Amino acid sequence: MQEKLGNKIMVETVNVTAGYRKGEILHGVDFCAEKGEITTLIGANGSGKSTLLRVILGFLPFWGGDVRIDNISLKAMSREALARKIAYLPQGKNVPDISAERMVLHGRFPYLRYPRKYGAEDYRIAETAMMQTGIAEFAHRQMAELSGGMRQKVYIAMALAQQAEVIVMDEPTTYLDIGQQLKFAQLMRQLSAEGKTIIMVLHDILLAMKLSDRIAALQDGRILKYGTPDDIIRSGIVERLYGVAVKSLCTEAGVQYFYDICKEV
Amino acid sequence: MRNKKVSASGRLCLVKMIWRKFAVKKGKRCRKPYLGWGITVCILIMVLSMCLGNIQFSPLELPGILRGDGGNVKRSILLYARVPRTLASLFAGAGLAVSGAVLQNVLANRLASPGIIGVNAGAGLGVTLCCGLGVLSGFWISVSAFAGSLLSILLIFLFSCRFHASRTTVILSGVALNSILNAICESLTVLDTDLAMLSIDFRVGGFSAVSFTRLLPAAGLIGFGMLILFTLCNELDVLALGDETAQGVGLQVGRYRMLFLLLAALLAGAAVSFAGLLGFVGLIVPHFVRRFTGNESGKLLPMCAVSGAGFVTLCDMVSKLLFAPYELPVGILMSVIGGPVFLFLLVRHKGGHGQMYNE
Repeated sequence: MQEKLGNKIMVETVNVTAGYRKGEILHGVDFCAEKGEITTLIGANGSGKSTLLRVILGFLPFWGGDVRIDNISLKAMSREALARKIAYLPQGKNVPDISAERMVLHGRFPYLRYPRKYGAEDYRIAETAMMQTGIAEFAHRQMAELSGGMRQKVYIAMALAQQAEVIVMDEPTTYLDIGQQLKFAQLMRQLSAEGKTIIMVLHDILLAMKLSDRIAALQDGRILKYGTPDDIIRSGIVERLYGVAVKSLCTEAGVQYFYDICKEV
Repeated sequence: MRNKKVSASGRLCLVKMIWRKFAVKKGKRCRKPYLGWGITVCILIMVLSMCLGNIQFSPLELPGILRGDGGNVKRSILLYARVPRTLASLFAGAGLAVSGAVLQNVLANRLASPGIIGVNAGAGLGVTLCCGLGVLSGFWISVSAFAGSLLSILLIFLFSCRFHASRTTVILSGVALNSILNAICESLTVLDTDLAMLSIDFRVGGFSAVSFTRLLPAAGLIGFGMLILFTLCNELDVLALGDETAQGVGLQVGRYRMLFLLLAALLAGAAVSFAGLLGFVGLIVPHFVRRFTGNESGKLLPMCAVSGAGFVTLCDMVSKLLFAPYELPVGILMSVIGGPVFLFLLVRHKGGHGQMYNE
């Protein structure tokens, strides 16, 4: 992890403030994600994780500060230019009524000009993306027929077809069983090894510790701590956020993380 | 005899093969040539609709009659009654069906139809006001219907822009506006009972009074709207993926949703302006077409246009012939068919919350 430190910063927020009509949610957030790393946001409900994601994605206009994607300010980018840089995986509750192949193909949308028709090249890229996530055999199935894990792979394939360097995910493991979660983690590792920058919100702290290169802990719209999983554990921040301590244990199979529940009782 | 039959069926097979090949050419997957069949059936209905009536022509006679071979009376019947009426029902059906399909996709609700965003109520009020002012020419009734429907759409636009309304809110505000406009309409007709008599033709809907002056501007609008929509199929599909996914692939969601609502309103408003309030076309046709083509707009919209046109023309023909020489207004016939279908849809989709639309 140390040798990655000199990496290029892909996503950077500088003193960003943002919020909704009811009031400010993010009070000056400095956050960054480096190329080829998995950066995870953790924090209690309502701490501003999703809001930060929405700001980075350009869904929510920010009030102050600046957001830079690959060193270009978000304000200087068109929606399509931004979509060529950042792909987004929504929470898996919405099931569109189309075939998986079509879904992946729509990842090519930001590259098209009016009248937008998908060409042979787009079909080829979509097919490659589907092979990569292992859903090529389900290409002609309807999204509604697929299981939650499969659907998520379709969304990931869509993000790959989008050929964006950054992939942003909001609680990607929520609807997955434990086996699917581990497969998902493997796929994420593989993607980050291929140079994709991944930013996600995770509620499962143990998975976050195992999977992430960096973790940003948010509380009340501020970054409380930003660092490697080890830094986060040593600082005892998880206990402050959730009231539950996480401990690590070095074993033969690498570092293992566990909730220190005894302490709570 | 037997030999002849075999060779005929053999020829049919050949035609089918060529047809399949033609249809498969674009996509990789084999798909059935629904659009080809649709167009064929539609043309058949169109020709039948021009031939059948109180005076019957044979299909082969038609070009001759147009040239004036069968005498002036026949030519006038064909040119000033049958042709405008057939064209009107084709355009109205296509416009309403495409408008319904677009609205269902944009609002992510299978039970959306042009009526739900206030097209019908606005047009109804426009016509009632027009009759109230004493203007009774067909052309001005068309204009006021179109203006009424556009105005009510604009109201919903302003409302949803002002409050950044979600898709559900757009539907609900449409329903609210519908009831407000209908209430105004009803109270006007209660105050002046003549109005009820004058505007009833329009409210029921039908093609018996269609003329080229009423038809052509509206038909132009419908053709224009459909052409634009057919080039925006991918945008429509991406929009239907849900707001965040659509934004994630670079679609300006708010702008495109408004554009689609406006185009749908344009199609429906133009259709309603000469056809009257034809209830359920915008609801039934897209729903049935979906079963065959799936939900991809590239296939759905053209098929909706063709089947909507065919369906309305068929209904118009049946209503013309069923109790000849009396005519049943086509709107009534369609409501008789549409009502039960609507109930069926309600049961099937549990109020529009099928598994794909739990927003």
